[in-house]
Amino acid sequence: MQSSNRPLSPHLTIYRPQMTSLLSIAHRGSGVFLAVAAVLLVVWLTALAAGPQAFATVQGLLGSWLGLAVLAVITLALTYHFCNGIRHLVWDTGRALELPAVYRGGWLVIIGTPVLAAVIWGLGVLGYFGYLGGA
Amino acid sequence: MRSYETAVSRAHGRGSTKNGFSHWWRQRITSVLLVPLLAWLAGGLALQAGADLESARAWVAFPLNATLLIVALAVLFYHAALGVQVVIEDYVHLEGLKVASLMLLYLVCFALVVAGSLAVVRIALGG
Repeated sequence: MQSSNRPLSPHLTIYRPQMTSLLSIAHRGSGVFLAVAAVLLVVWLTALAAGPQAFATVQGLLGSWLGLAVLAVITLALTYHFCNGIRHLVWDTGRALELPAVYRGGWLVIIGTPVLAAVIWGLGVLGYFGYLGGA
Repeated sequence: MRSYETAVSRAHGRGSTKNGFSHWWRQRITSVLLVPLLAWLAGGLALQAGADLESARAWVAFPLNATLLIVALAVLFYHAALGVQVVIEDYVHLEGLKVASLMLLYLVCFALVVAGSLAVVRIALGG
């Protein structure tokens, strides 16, 4: 088939961004990012199994400011993909597909993402000071 | 439970065309499994912040944790492979490159599950 130079729809450069499209793009983006970030889990476990030196190196990297910033982004990507994934699962049951419900769910995801991330970091702080306290 | 397939397509077991239904369904099954698994994993790992080697190993070596970690690794990387597969199929149009990318994707994900599980087993048995 001959390909023409006729423009293709949707024109992402002029198409007005909407919450629905942005959340959808963010779901794919966060998913790919998390797939890469999951390698860190394997690295952490492998270092933990390898011994004190490897583990200290990995803990040092993760505990640095850059490491903590990366972990913060990973946490937000995770809680976003988690919340929006549940939104998708609800849609798959045939529910909440009317436009108002789609937007309501979207706002729930936007609120739930930082809230869940804060809960995870709260546990992190708890763990950190727990170990400092010798618990 | 709602049925997602017609009776004929269920009999054929080939989804709408080839294996789209199977892929879609596996993505859903792994999603549902990851909801409790990731809630547990994120909380459990966060509590290991600042942990020293002994306490982190003790957490991993606890039989329930070791089991759940291996299950989580398998489900997580399978879900990741299914997801990235769709992205590759959407954007990589050269047939050879697409097939090579998909093979590499599944190889890497499988290797990561094996490497992670191996580490968990070593820690669990090393205590």
